Amino acid sequence: MRWGVIVFPGSCDDQDVYDCLKHVLKQKVEFLWHKDRLGRDIDCVVLPGGFSYGDYLRCGAMARFSPIMQGVVEFARNGGLVLGICNGFQILCEAGLLPGALTRNASLQFVCRQVHLRVEEIDTPFTSAAKKGQLLKLPVKHGEGCYYADPATLERLQKNRQILVRYVDGKGRPTAAANPNGSLENIAGVCNEARNVFGLMPHPEDASEKLLGSEDGAKIFSSVIAACGTRGKRAWVA
Amino acid sequence: MRVKIFVRLKEGVLDPQGKAVERSLHTLGYEEVGDVRVGKYIELEIAAPSRQAAEKRAREMCDKLLANPVIEDYRFEIQE
Repeated sequence: MRWGVIVFPGSCDDQDVYDCLKHVLKQKVEFLWHKDRLGRDIDCVVLPGGFSYGDYLRCGAMARFSPIMQGVVEFARNGGLVLGICNGFQILCEAGLLPGALTRNASLQFVCRQVHLRVEEIDTPFTSAAKKGQLLKLPVKHGEGCYYADPATLERLQKNRQILVRYVDGKGRPTAAANPNGSLENIAGVCNEARNVFGLMPHPEDASEKLLGSEDGAKIFSSVIAACGTRGKRAWVA
Repeated sequence: MRVKIFVRLKEGVLDPQGKAVERSLHTLGYEEVGDVRVGKYIELEIAAPSRQAAEKRAREMCDKLLANPVIEDYRFEIQE
């Protein structure tokens, strides 16, 4: 399979994702400049973290209109796999590819620390390599990660089991203290209804090798690799 | 024409910035203050043949970019 990592002006975790995929997971990966068109040979597109367009107006609000995003929306509609991390998650919400929005952390402070995530659903191409209820140790680093959705949207997310990861404590309990940003229901990541677009605030690319203190993030990438490997690249195309 | 756009968080959406400002105002002795909400104010110049046309364009801009309908409401005034 082939990965594409989009580089927006102001992206800064693009290099981390590239390094993780290429050197740790030995994947074929390329950078995609935001002004280019999305190539036909990409199996999974990653929107990395950072501060695209300086976070002006709202995080992700302008990146959504980058030329490449038209291709990403079409790719996603055709079943292509799209993963948004941190600022990438914010962009996917702004673009309407994922429900809800990410707002200012309840503490008003930038948070940079390790968190525990509980994997809530495993019937997706992003979480299939994990066990249901498994805890993953990943870092967060953001100022606007407070997930919000109106009550009707939240109900739909629960009914369709679109909440894939929650912030929990070391024992797997979704407590207020374990919630780094005030997110609704401790939500750390959600997928779309078709389950081919996933966004999360924590950074799996920064926790995919021993040197970085955790290898748990690799579960997300290896899920995608397995999904593409067993089903083939056309399988996700509707 | 000059368009003055006010964007604010919807009722029910947490506004930690408003809360922090409220606490500061209380610290300064303005204890009568409550329910502070912080929003955005955007001004722009628009070339349009009529007020109606300007309104239509401004509404489109707000829906597409200037406000996020998931969390924000907006209103605007037009000055000729």
